Amino acid sequence: MFKVIEKVAPSNKTKYLLRLYATAAPKTSSNPKREVKKPQENASFMANIFRGSLASTQVFPYPDVLTEEEKELTASLIDPFERFFREVNNAARNDENSQIDEETLNQLWELGAFSIQVPNDFGGLGLNNTQYGRLCQIVGANDLGLGITIGAHQSIGFKGILLYGTPEQKAKYLPQVSTEKVYAAFALTEPSAGSDAGSIKCRAVKSADGKHYILNGSKIWISNGGIADIMTVFAQTEMTDPNTGEKKDKVTAFIVERGFGGVTNGAPEKKMGIKASNTAEVYFEDVKIPIENVLGQEGEGFKVAMNILNNGRFGMGATLSGTMKHCIAKAVEHCNNRTQFGKKLKDYKGIQEKIAQMSLIQYATESMAFQISQNMDAGSQDYHLEAAISKIFASEAAWYVCDESIQILGGMGFMRETGLERVMRDLRIFRIFEGTNDILRLFVALTGIQYAGSHLKELQRAFKNPAANLGLIFKEASRRAASSVGIGGTDLSPFVAPQLTATAKDAAECIDMFGQTVESLLVKYGKNIINEQNVLNRLADAAIDIYSMVVTLSRSTRAVNEKLETAEHELELTKAWCYQANERCRTNLKHATSGGHVNFYKDLSKVAETVLENGGVKTTNIVG
Amino acid sequence: MSRILVGVKRVVDYAVKVRVNPEKTGVVTQGVKHSMNPFDEIAVEEAVKMKEKKLASEVIAVSIGPSQSQEVIRTALAMGADRGIHVEVSGKEYDLLQPIHVSKILAKLALEEKADLVILGKQAIDDDCNQTAQMTAAVLDWPQGTFCNKIEKTDAGLTITREIDGGLETIKTKVPAVLSADLRLNTPRYATLPNIMKAKKKPLKKVGASDLGVDTNPRIDIISVEDPPVRQAGAIVPDVDALVSKLKEGGHC
Repeated sequence: MFKVIEKVAPSNKTKYLLRLYATAAPKTSSNPKREVKKPQENASFMANIFRGSLASTQVFPYPDVLTEEEKELTASLIDPFERFFREVNNAARNDENSQIDEETLNQLWELGAFSIQVPNDFGGLGLNNTQYGRLCQIVGANDLGLGITIGAHQSIGFKGILLYGTPEQKAKYLPQVSTEKVYAAFALTEPSAGSDAGSIKCRAVKSADGKHYILNGSKIWISNGGIADIMTVFAQTEMTDPNTGEKKDKVTAFIVERGFGGVTNGAPEKKMGIKASNTAEVYFEDVKIPIENVLGQEGEGFKVAMNILNNGRFGMGATLSGTMKHCIAKAVEHCNNRTQFGKKLKDYKGIQEKIAQMSLIQYATESMAFQISQNMDAGSQDYHLEAAISKIFASEAAWYVCDESIQILGGMGFMRETGLERVMRDLRIFRIFEGTNDILRLFVALTGIQYAGSHLKELQRAFKNPAANLGLIFKEASRRAASSVGIGGTDLSPFVAPQLTATAKDAAECIDMFGQTVESLLVKYGKNIINEQNVLNRLADAAIDIYSMVVTLSRSTRAVNEKLETAEHELELTKAWCYQANERCRTNLKHATSGGHVNFYKDLSKVAETVLENGGVKTTNIVG
Repeated sequence: MSRILVGVKRVVDYAVKVRVNPEKTGVVTQGVKHSMNPFDEIAVEEAVKMKEKKLASEVIAVSIGPSQSQEVIRTALAMGADRGIHVEVSGKEYDLLQPIHVSKILAKLALEEKADLVILGKQAIDDDCNQTAQMTAAVLDWPQGTFCNKIEKTDAGLTITREIDGGLETIKTKVPAVLSADLRLNTPRYATLPNIMKAKKKPLKKVGASDLGVDTNPRIDIISVEDPPVRQAGAIVPDVDALVSKLKEGGHC
């Protein structure tokens, strides 16, 4: 059976494609020497289920990283934060005016909201990801447009300086973006480089004396692009391979000040939502960037960009879990007060189902967000798959919840006065920016498959020298034997509360089926799996459902163990959520492999080709 | 003028719908959001403003209650107070603590700390006593300016505009004095996050009521705490005649 492995080894081309798809390259280098190295161990739960193995440390028990003192501090910050939104900010007005007024922005700066994670020494609040996430929930519940203004500033705008900045860069820029009311922006996207971020055309050329780079090009749809004075900009630079002397374009990241000269921007874009935030084109014309403003290593800019995005992604889950809470509260208020046909809405089963589903998905989103943030705070580097999943999940969940809230409120929900239509417009972008959900689905599936593939290769090598690798071979053999005779290789019962044993068994079976599905897909398609996007999407959806099951199992178990007042409710949420996720997951896995579906995907492609060819729908109108 | 003592009480948040506990000994406080008494926020704001105008050199925030009371002291520190004093009183003793006890404690602290002004909220939104400022002035034998709408420093002391029924009253007082803040005295700032961080480093001293020589032993018992009676459901009558006959039935006319 190990013959197939040969096919699995990702070729350089595969890797290239992977990188393009990824919008988040994991720690793989294109160095061919890596082939003989041991595959990198990865603590990610999600990466490991792709090879049918359970890495439980990041999911069970539910992490708890804040010290008592940190928890107290976080609690003391919540009130003033909420108070700002209640008393100072006006989300409807920001939306109406397509900007946030000066006074509100000033108060937001004083509140400390622009530098939540900057260390105290540089003037920030010095909070960790989890504490940041808690504050994001409040932002999400109140004003997503304003959230983008502060998010584009700190979650991506100057995050690169926090992550990769030299001590000098930090000392120079962090105080400015923390207390001196200087806005930051992240400038990656270009007219011809959206999801395919590696293909950017902005170019920086090193001056003859080697002291400067000269930057030319333009960026589009840059959040805060019209107000930022400090930008993290990505551009192609010519690099010479030290070994071969070959010249090659590679992306480098720069810290660009508007004050360097040659930096201009277009008018604020007119958008569907998040209108409070500024979005603009940014142009660079012979911008002279001092060499010390290179961020990270020269030629490593793609990695810098991807890690900034990866690092900030969890915040979206936290933010949107707050948005959902707000939407649910609006719907609940209506259900409890509105009478139709002589009964309160809350007494109708149909409405109850809606409220329940909204609550389930909110619980799952929040559980993901704070599991990831806490793993990050605990020092994990292996959170990229989970962060991508949480971004996909949260943005779709929030859309669903807001949509259902509007549905429950009926005509009232459609009215601007109610405030939900603004939330709906604001939410739409979350499925598009910071890596579209479509690209992220492929990223999840392909990164996982690549990881599984690298382990299969290791096994293959082990067989070349069985004597030296007996341990590895035995371990793998017994694992495979266990799962193939159906006793289930995966057992989650030791990790969960007794009330959840049956639910955990369903989830464990999904994990086993998932590993087997990946393996059979690798057997069937080999490296060509990369072209099977219908299959990859279903695999990604199955992965998302598995993650959602595991995080809810973990969080509600925590609630039981800590004897929380809400434990009983959390158990109900988990059971009901997992019941559906389990079924959906199995269906998706079946659809990833079944022959019927393979034909169905072919039919879909045919239909699409016809329509695309025709420039639109190609049917004969019924009435001529 | 150099030193201002401000009283800050931790109360159930104004937005919380209070419920009587099953034992009928008080209201449910467990797991309920608490915050600084809103009138005390106004008192803190006024003191901090006076410090900013260089009319005072130091603002000391005092809270009396269980250990959680330190939360409101921290809030006062984040708003601009310089240091805090927590007078720990807990359990049954705290449940039955009365303005007379509080005023004795505050008076003692005012003398110990050499305060020139004591500014308090006019009343707390939980027990609505509206007695502490007046009693504190009496214990200290200082002049009092209650329900302040405006406080102005003059060479001789203070000119205070007070809110009274149907209008405003202006009085002059010497210092030291005890003042109580009314709703329209100012709009309190809220603590910003950086200031909350800084407040963590400000000194907070803890003392017991007995250290101050104040006897806080309860002299009263709570017999029962009841919800207000629920309003009876009304009925819609078809016309005036029906209304009149209903009223007659009920003996209302």
